[in-house]
Amino acid sequence: MTNLAVDICGLRMKNPTMLASGVLDETGKSMLVVAKAGAGAIVTKSIGKEPRVGHSGPTIVELPQALLNAMGLPNPGIEAYAAEIAEAKTAEVPIIGSVFGGSEQEIAELAKNMQEAGVEAVELNLSCPHAKGYGAEIGSTPEMVETICRAVKETVTIPVFAKLTPNTSSIVSLAKAAEKGGADAVVAINTLKGMVISPEAKMPVLGNRYGGLSGPAIRPIGVRCVYEIYEAVSIPVIGVGGISTGREAVEYLMAGAKAVQIGTAIWKEGPEVFGKICREIQDFMDEFGYTKLSEMTGVAHHGRT
Amino acid sequence: MRFKEPLIATAGQFVMVWVPGVDEFPMSVSYTGDRCGITYQIIGEGTKALAYKKPGEKIGLRGPYGKGFSIRGKKLLFVGGGVGMAPLAPLVEMAAAKGASVDLVLGAKTRGDLLFESRSAVAGARVHLSTDDGSIGFKGLATELAQIVVGKQSYDCMYACGPEKMLAKLLTIATEKGIPMQASLERIIKCGIGICDSCAIDGKHVCRDGPVFSEGDLRRFTELGKSKLDAAGRKIPI
Ligand SMILES: Cc1cc2nc3c(=O)[nH]c(=O)nc-3n(C[C@H](O)[C@H](O)[C@H](O)COP(=O)(O)OP(=O)(O)OC[C@H]3O[C@@H](n4cnc5c(N)ncnc54)[C@H](O)[C@@H]3O)c2cc1C
Ligand SMILES: Cc1cc2nc3c(=O)[nH]c(=O)nc-3n(C[C@H](O)[C@H](O)[C@H](O)COP(=O)(O)O)c2cc1C
Repeated sequence: MTNLAVDICGLRMKNPTMLASGVLDETGKSMLVVAKAGAGAIVTKSIGKEPRVGHSGPTIVELPQALLNAMGLPNPGIEAYAAEIAEAKTAEVPIIGSVFGGSEQEIAELAKNMQEAGVEAVELNLSCPHAKGYGAEIGSTPEMVETICRAVKETVTIPVFAKLTPNTSSIVSLAKAAEKGGADAVVAINTLKGMVISPEAKMPVLGNRYGGLSGPAIRPIGVRCVYEIYEAVSIPVIGVGGISTGREAVEYLMAGAKAVQIGTAIWKEGPEVFGKICREIQDFMDEFGYTKLSEMTGVAHHGRT
Repeated sequence: MRFKEPLIATAGQFVMVWVPGVDEFPMSVSYTGDRCGITYQIIGEGTKALAYKKPGEKIGLRGPYGKGFSIRGKKLLFVGGGVGMAPLAPLVEMAAAKGASVDLVLGAKTRGDLLFESRSAVAGARVHLSTDDGSIGFKGLATELAQIVVGKQSYDCMYACGPEKMLAKLLTIATEKGIPMQASLERIIKCGIGICDSCAIDGKHVCRDGPVFSEGDLRRFTELGKSKLDAAGRKIPI
């Protein structure tokens, strides 16, 4: 009898799939829809102190195997968002609150607000590649990552996940810094910084010019990052980037991820993709004789010389 | 505004219109077929910049997106309020061409704002006009005129687009009369492809599940005619 359940930093998930931050999670009702479709946990949209409308359009460019987005962290602000969390919590899957801020104090305070709103863990967005003064702009040096993680850990009692940027020469140093700062898990990866230019308009398409690349095209990079991080830290790793099938989720698990997040796959397949991925993981495990997820975690590292 | 590039869209679907250097926003197709087109009202920066574009100048388009209208039955009632007539116009033409009996209640604030009156009449629709100020036709709201029109004859389906308060009232009328209904809704659409949640209404998404919804969904929506999300995702009253 295969079992998809996983416990990550005390969060009990019925399966290893989580909704990635920023996709269908601005409203409580949408998060309920995703939970009902089979997600094992939900990460909220990244929330800041004040309401923010985000970047002007276009905010998305559709590419053959990827999306380039520069939403610009639109969000209603933590105060108004508490009501959405309360609604999402009725789904009875763990809700993880994602936050972004411009300094360690601001991030720590937001994490505290999230805890008060009732989330079971907090995810620090240290990695959004397209918002000035936030995300990757403050999360691309190990020193800042460590400082922020420590400040948050001193402020909240719930588990702290650090979401890292791949737009750096060494994501491994960021992961080590997060662990040193006390983070309970690391999440990798956020989107890759990119640009698309319209030759006719002679300018970048995105309103913000730069954006973040997600979807199938980035999966080999995500898998590589998780693989490297797994060897360097002893806290759990959550894998994200380009997953839309069970086999692709298994790739991340075998690279060392304890759970995975899924965002862009909803573009082509809708929220139902969660149920589909879980069934496919189950089928894979049945076919190859695995009974628990832990039997697959990190197995791609075995037999290396 | 008509496009040279071919675009295969059905009535009720929308395109994302990019005015380079300014913004991108959703517009319903108001002309389908060989020369697709849109019809827009100037609201803010984006639509103003669009209005300055001259014939032959380039804008960006992506789409079409979303679910459009479908013709159900032979006796059809259309209710268009203001620029909400834009997505209904190609549907009126198609329904009339298919031999359906078409009544159109066309409402606006004043006579000059009435859209596609003669286009619809030429297509073969019986057009019933209403203006808030009484400058032409029935003086009052389109919903009041629609109430009178549905009292005279039975209909197989009602199609509507316009201010959401109007749609909410029409839903009540359609429900009372047992008429199926399809309505095109408006929310802030950013991604257009069902991932960013900015156009959420009760867990559904206007860009992907809509913009046209049928009576089942419309009745289930607790936010219809009451609240919507602003560009930051705050709930605001309608
Ligand atoms: C599916 C759909 C079809 C539409 N079809 C038409 C049409 O055929 N003709 C027409 O004139 N208008 C249509 N609209 C409305 C049109 O998108 C807005 O009027 C336009 O975005 C205003 O842009 P702006 O830059 O001129 O104004 P802004 O200054 O940006 O905004 C003014 C107001 O317009 C609304 N708005 C702004 N951006 C958006 C957005 N991305 N999506 C939705 N609303 C927005 C907001 O309520 C805002 O407060 C449609 C909207 C939707 C969702
Ligand atoms: C439209 C969109 C919005 C996003 N918003 C956020 C966000 O607010 N915070 C964040 O940490 N990551 C955000 N991301 C990144 C995703 O959470 C994820 O890390 C990335 O997209 C890779 O996974 P995927 O290929 O499954 O989408 C966003 C991604 C997309 C496509």
